[in-house]
Amino acid sequence: MITQISTEYVRDMIKAGKRFDGRGFEDFRDLKIETGYVKNAEGSAMVTLGRTKVLVGVKMKVGEPFPDSPEDGVLMVNAELGPIASPDFESGPPRAPAVELARVVDRGIRESKAISTDKLCIEPGEKVWMVSVDIHVLNEDGNLMDASSIGAIAALLEAKVPELNEDGTINRDNMKKNLEIKEIPVACTIYKIAGKLVLDPTLKEESAVEGRLTVTTIEGDRLCAMQKGGQCGFTPEEVYKAVDISLKKGKEMRKKYFK
Amino acid sequence: MSEKEKKIIVNGKRPDGRKLDEMRDMEARAGVIDRADGSGYFRLGNTIAIAAVYGPKEMHPKHLLDPVRAYVKCRYNMAPFSTTERIRPGPSRRSTEISEVIKNALSSVLFLEEFPETAIEIFIEILQADASTRCVGLNAAAIALADAGIPMRDLISSCAAGKVDGEIILDVAGEEDCSGEVDLPIAYIPRKNSIYLLQMDGILKKDEMEKAIGMATEGCKKIYEKQKEALKEKYKTGEKKEVKKK
Repeated sequence: MITQISTEYVRDMIKAGKRFDGRGFEDFRDLKIETGYVKNAEGSAMVTLGRTKVLVGVKMKVGEPFPDSPEDGVLMVNAELGPIASPDFESGPPRAPAVELARVVDRGIRESKAISTDKLCIEPGEKVWMVSVDIHVLNEDGNLMDASSIGAIAALLEAKVPELNEDGTINRDNMKKNLEIKEIPVACTIYKIAGKLVLDPTLKEESAVEGRLTVTTIEGDRLCAMQKGGQCGFTPEEVYKAVDISLKKGKEMRKKYFK
Repeated sequence: MSEKEKKIIVNGKRPDGRKLDEMRDMEARAGVIDRADGSGYFRLGNTIAIAAVYGPKEMHPKHLLDPVRAYVKCRYNMAPFSTTERIRPGPSRRSTEISEVIKNALSSVLFLEEFPETAIEIFIEILQADASTRCVGLNAAAIALADAGIPMRDLISSCAAGKVDGEIILDVAGEEDCSGEVDLPIAYIPRKNSIYLLQMDGILKKDEMEKAIGMATEGCKKIYEKQKEALKEKYKTGEKKEVKKK
């Protein structure tokens, strides 16, 4: 009941064109990206978006390539919505929200061909580098999708490729070579509340979200992934408008944080 | 990677002879699984799905019970033999995600508030896969929900557009699937002109995306008619329907 009342309140606010923290509908909260947060990771980034906190780590190991791409390294994205981040999260194997989060971030990186996977080949058909991107949500206060996507690319940009010793063991002592990154995919999710399109909602605002559309964009006004969530529909015109907003935001973010 | 020498779309003709905005042939049926409260079959070219709906029924486990609306369970599953390479049985990350997006799209047309504390179960089984399995599964499930007599705002229809050889095309399939650059499935309600499922992977410019969505919505309109036909066929007046014995 309490949540229903607060949901109604959020809707009324949005209808009146207002937000609790005074932001405009298309404003993000303060965003802070700290790379190199975890020394033992090949790359890492702590993303603070308002009160949402996500830590992303990149680890690499040697493994077998997929039979259909014997000369390409492998990318794996995993997300953990552990109980530490919210009383609503439970431990155990990832459920649909965590799986969706990981797969949306994965699609942005994979489809934009951000990582030069051909540079991760050690021995064609036998050995390649496998890049694991692990998204660890530490504090849930809304818009995990965008925070995680930014964290993933920030961690990958910082990631170093370990050296291989002659006996095939991994040497992480002096990693100098950066992982080669060609594109910077940025996800921007457009949320629909009371029929209005709103960006970066807090958890309280998220309780009133009727539907969302995540659009991942790259340089050159191009889209590389989309994902609609929630039950509410988007007219084609709303989709086009959402895409325009995402293209604009993506451009801004790349300029501000990834130059 | 330089396998881009051979084009598979030549002069606007596709490998199977279709035009750029032409869908594969399709077939729809209602009532294919006797034990279920409702069921549906949908075939789009070589992709075949069946769906069954059980409920509204008692909710298990109890802690997920929703006091104000029905809880929708949805399971999208590919039969192990539905593809060239055998698929390991059991849920995967892919099937978990697809189940979730299909569930959201279908929930949007159901009057869930009419059935508090109950569960509505939707099971989608892909029997044969040749691209667009989530769309075909969703089409079968919409028929199944209507067949089960669950109050719905409307039917919902789904198909995909894509990009092959730089061309935006409707309903990517067969040979095109392997060299497809973009896949963009949607679920759409023509009467509301609204999109309820939308995913996209691959690189697109905005104008191409608009073209793809335009094509896919037109495709959905055709599927919508086919779904309606299937239901009308089963519930033709003047013919006796087999009544299940309890």
